[in-house]
Amino acid sequence: MNKNAFLYDYDVEKVRADFPILQQEHHAGVPLVYLDNAASSQKPLPVIAALDDYYRRYNANVHRGIHKLSEEATAAYEDARLKVKRFINAGSKREVIFTRGTTESINLVAQTWGRANLGRGDVVVATMMEHHSNIVPWQILAAEKGFTIRYVPVLRDGTLDLRAYDRYLHEENVKLVTVMHTSNMLGTVNPVQAMAQQAHNAGAVVVVDGAQSTPHMPVDMQALNVDFFAFSGHKMCGPTGIGVLYGKRALLEAMPPWMGGGDMISRVTLEGSTWNELPYKFEAGTPIIAGAIGLGYAIDYLSAVGMEKIQAHEREIGAYALERLAEVPGVTVYGPEAGQKGAVAAFTLQGIHAHDVAQILDAEGVAVRAGHHCAMPLHDHFGIPATARASFYLYNTMAEVDALIAGLYKAKQAFAV
Amino acid sequence: MYDMYRENILDHAKNMRNRGLLRPCDIEFEGENPLCGDHLHLTLRVDENQRITDVGWEGAGCAISQASASMLGEQILGKTLEEARAIGKEDVFEMLGIPLSANRVKCALLGLKVLKVGAYGLADWQKTEDEE
Repeated sequence: MNKNAFLYDYDVEKVRADFPILQQEHHAGVPLVYLDNAASSQKPLPVIAALDDYYRRYNANVHRGIHKLSEEATAAYEDARLKVKRFINAGSKREVIFTRGTTESINLVAQTWGRANLGRGDVVVATMMEHHSNIVPWQILAAEKGFTIRYVPVLRDGTLDLRAYDRYLHEENVKLVTVMHTSNMLGTVNPVQAMAQQAHNAGAVVVVDGAQSTPHMPVDMQALNVDFFAFSGHKMCGPTGIGVLYGKRALLEAMPPWMGGGDMISRVTLEGSTWNELPYKFEAGTPIIAGAIGLGYAIDYLSAVGMEKIQAHEREIGAYALERLAEVPGVTVYGPEAGQKGAVAAFTLQGIHAHDVAQILDAEGVAVRAGHHCAMPLHDHFGIPATARASFYLYNTMAEVDALIAGLYKAKQAFAV
Repeated sequence: MYDMYRENILDHAKNMRNRGLLRPCDIEFEGENPLCGDHLHLTLRVDENQRITDVGWEGAGCAISQASASMLGEQILGKTLEEARAIGKEDVFEMLGIPLSANRVKCALLGLKVLKVGAYGLADWQKTEDEE
């Protein structure tokens, strides 16, 4: 395993020691090889401890209480917002809205900005590789408002057809562009900065689904210059149930609220209400306090390891995985070449359905996902019903890639293919 | 803890200086602390040199919010709008002279918020508030 001798300073064993779940056996005598990180990541000790500490020591509602517990909870919740602001380089902490996750963040944009600004004759541009969470909210709204959705095609190499994108922007009345930063299936890293600039030149607003990029690379709102950016905590070492919608302040100020309730109002009378300031206008009800605090600790953890180092480590792992997968007869990997994609490999194994591949890998201790990965249009496009997907993160090792490959040979043996 | 309710704070809270809305007035703004329901309504008269000649408050809420408004009203009387604009968060804390826990800061700053949003606009106030 001399492949573990990286050219950069990264102690993967030290990282692994921070994740209790990775220390356990998957079955008796079979260690866990967790390669389903695009679905959800594991949690390091500081995040688990932060949740425990909140519930044991200072659990209380935020923004309301005068008592010490509420003060401490409010301070921790708002401190988490500041951590997010710095992590993504937002212009202000008011631009950081806590949601349940990427899906809710995108629905928020659709139901507020979209509902107020999209109508008959307008065009929304999405892409064929989008996750369902960035297709369905727009379809629901389109059915009501009568606008059209155009999908940028995906080329055989797994990249977007940017010429088609350019054509849509020039020839149609495009009001909004929505695109994923990194594909959860192909791993493609889309050129969102350039795409945003083109969209802005055409007068369109830009939404980016950052669920698969934010955990794996540095993201900078000032550099990307997109209008909205959504991501989830649980894919980046944080708890489930917490996510973020970043939005440019001027747009957020002008948007109507979505959900009504406590904390989002300034004054309520029985005749009507006035909205609270940002970000609270969009945080109705008791927020996900523990989740936000946990996300803050996840950000601290990732920052301490270093996002550039994590990215470099994953590049190595991803390249090695593609190299090893290519050696296995009958394996087809979808998406761009190594170096142009995130550390994810969606593949088929000839003669064995992806579900069966995943089942046999599970018996070998290797956790992968099988199915359409919430990207049915993309699978239709490639003419395949399902793929198996191995997705890597900061704690994965070269030896785990070897375990995946050994598992695939076991599957071939079992199915005699 | 009881430092928070020093005699002068309670005096200002119970007998708010410059109580009573001015009619007519040159500047008027009303604000809420949505988290606990404090309410303040400010009216100002300014002369041709933009100097504040009259202050009129109405309000209801906790002792900290009402005392803070009362003291702030005394501070700005006779100042020009430009001079009043320079008053920041720290000036209000100093004026109150009491320890404030995080959740009471919103109460203490409501008067300043009403003044700033009313006289200079929301963005001006948010800049003051967001200073780290």
